[in-house]
Amino acid sequence: MTFKGGIHPKYNKITADKKIEKANLPKKIILPLSQHVGAPCEPIVNIGDYVKTGQKIAETQAFVSAPIHSSISGTVSSIENLPHPITGKPVNSVIIESDEKDEKIEMQKREYENLPADELKSIIKDFGIVGLGGAAFPTHVKLSPPQEKPIDTLIINGAECEPFLTTDHRLMLERTDDLIAGIRIIRKVLGVKSVFIGIEDNKHDAIKILKEKTIGQNIKVIPLHTKYPQGGEKTLIYAITKRKVPAGGLPMDIGCVVQNIGTAIAVYEAVALSKPLYERVITITGKVNNPKNLLVRNGAIIKDLIEQAGSYKGEPKKIIMGGPMMGFALPADDLPIIKGTSGLTIFNKDDIDEKRSTIECIRCGKCIQDCPMQLNPSLIAKYAENERIDLAENMYAMDCFECGCCAFNCPTHIPLVHWIRYAKSQILKNRAKAKDKK
Amino acid sequence: MEARKFIVESSPHFFSANYKYKLMGLVVIALLPAAILGVYNFGVHALLIIIVSTSVAILTEAFFNKLKKKPSAVEQGSAVVTGLLLGMILPPTLPLWVPAIGSFVAIAIAKHAFGGAGMTIFNPALVGRAFLVASFPALMAAYILDGITSATPLQMLKLNGYQSAVSHFGSNMLAYKSMFLGNIAGSIGETSALALLIGGLFLIFLKVIDWKIPTIYIGTVFVLTAIFGQDPIYHILGGGLFIGAFFMATAYEGMPITKSGRIYFALGLGILTTVIRLFGGYPEGVNFSILIMNAAAPLIERLTIKKPFGYIKNKEKKK
Repeated sequence: MTFKGGIHPKYNKITADKKIEKANLPKKIILPLSQHVGAPCEPIVNIGDYVKTGQKIAETQAFVSAPIHSSISGTVSSIENLPHPITGKPVNSVIIESDEKDEKIEMQKREYENLPADELKSIIKDFGIVGLGGAAFPTHVKLSPPQEKPIDTLIINGAECEPFLTTDHRLMLERTDDLIAGIRIIRKVLGVKSVFIGIEDNKHDAIKILKEKTIGQNIKVIPLHTKYPQGGEKTLIYAITKRKVPAGGLPMDIGCVVQNIGTAIAVYEAVALSKPLYERVITITGKVNNPKNLLVRNGAIIKDLIEQAGSYKGEPKKIIMGGPMMGFALPADDLPIIKGTSGLTIFNKDDIDEKRSTIECIRCGKCIQDCPMQLNPSLIAKYAENERIDLAENMYAMDCFECGCCAFNCPTHIPLVHWIRYAKSQILKNRAKAKDKK
Repeated sequence: MEARKFIVESSPHFFSANYKYKLMGLVVIALLPAAILGVYNFGVHALLIIIVSTSVAILTEAFFNKLKKKPSAVEQGSAVVTGLLLGMILPPTLPLWVPAIGSFVAIAIAKHAFGGAGMTIFNPALVGRAFLVASFPALMAAYILDGITSATPLQMLKLNGYQSAVSHFGSNMLAYKSMFLGNIAGSIGETSALALLIGGLFLIFLKVIDWKIPTIYIGTVFVLTAIFGQDPIYHILGGGLFIGAFFMATAYEGMPITKSGRIYFALGLGILTTVIRLFGGYPEGVNFSILIMNAAAPLIERLTIKKPFGYIKNKEKKK
């Protein structure tokens, strides 16, 4: 089971055998009010307010959005504009100082077996569940396809193709029952029959345990060829169902919904235990002395988390939020993690080739061979570099999902993804302008 | 503790060890068996030709880099490949000033006049050779074997016909054997199909070149010559087809960049080579067919750009 194109990076899953540990309670958290795809939230607390762990502190009426909950108990010390960890742009953020008591809101177990789909959906929305694979797309939106787009297939993404990261792997091993319960809830909401769990075949222990535990539940575990980006939404759907998401379209256009492992567990916790999404598992890996998988509170400061992973090994050069292929290099380590943070990968000077420099394209065609979207990255990059955004658009720049396969293998070290990203942002700007004119 | 500085750049942050310099080095290594065998067969003068063509290529490259104020060690490496390749496709009898001119033309005109690295349309080594063929036709057709003036297998075929050419070797099996091992007259590096095959397979194994291009090229020549009633094995072994198919048709810059475009490109090469050999004035057609297909490559590329994954042809479907 696989897709066309893709690459075989060194996987470096150094934390694959490390059990999930609970991180220390943070003394302070920063909650940017825009941590998901969609509309940012508005704070519903004031400076000086006392909040409990799990209390909703921000929400919005917009449909494509998700409320945010405090991950500690304590006092709101400030609400101010702070740089967003990924975009770097200032975003309204709530800062909470801990009282170190971790006093939780009341979380009742819920009998959910007989709840109707709509009620389940509103629970999922109310408890702030978003996709935990990285994009942080609000889960209730994905679970509310329009009526003209019937869904017949649910795919649970356990590929975890990104090098270094092991959170989904550990969750599949350690929280198997919760995962399956979460999958059953999602299946019920969508009303679908066929459910697949796609797992790369380098995680055979996870495949084995899930196969055993899903017997008789009509959930199929699909071992996938270990290849990056197997866990990309489009590549994953193609590998399992051989359906192609139309260019510019969404999985729901071909009757599929993809959910991440961590998201399914969060759905279970919200529905069965009334627990809002205020903590998640992340992998802290790369050049730290004690790489590990940590259950961390949302908004915890990166620097503190790295200290809990044995601190930096050598002088850190790069902090990557996420994995090395699609993660974001952060400008500082005093930023908070957010709901979509799947890991922190630390690189020191041994991982960075300072002599690496870009030379002219030699037209080897490697980028075309590796592109899972069948694009022509070198050409798009060349157009973008020369400000021919129109030509880049004609070359389907918008279909790129920035997996990085092209740049990974480029023998002339052209920052292809960078240029394609630039082209995409310019295309979007132009389209917005064109809309305004109308 | 003072604030640390971190590198912020676009993903990916993780790369393979792929590097142009390394690729060039691998091509040079792959060429060595054929080059060494050529020197062994044709003597010290062949070695001198290779040395002259390679060093002139490096010097010309250095000169132009200096002129453009773009010092580039990498480009020196790619000049080694050009010079070595050119030396290997020249007759072993040339006076040494001839490869020097060829090498200069290859780098100065075919490469830098077109804009330098990444911009070359025509394979520089082949332009160099074509220039020499046009300028010094007699010198460029003077081949030897064991120190005696001798015709190449393809020259024999063109001049005297198949029966006479085969009888020269004794039998067709003996002819194949000589051509496979390199015991024939020809350019310095092109005579032994075996040595070139070793180098070519080495590059294919390391994924420097795509196996499809040489396979389709050689296969097309094989099939077409057979259809026209010729001896296909004689045609694929006797001449420059192997060095052309493995080392020159596969040169990145002259090929279409698209996957399917490369297949059409190789197919076109096979057809042109056969046509030139069977119906043209020259006994050998590899050189010119690659140059002609180089010229056609941008057009093929434009016509073979793939639609992206999940592309919908008629917009009505989407609605």
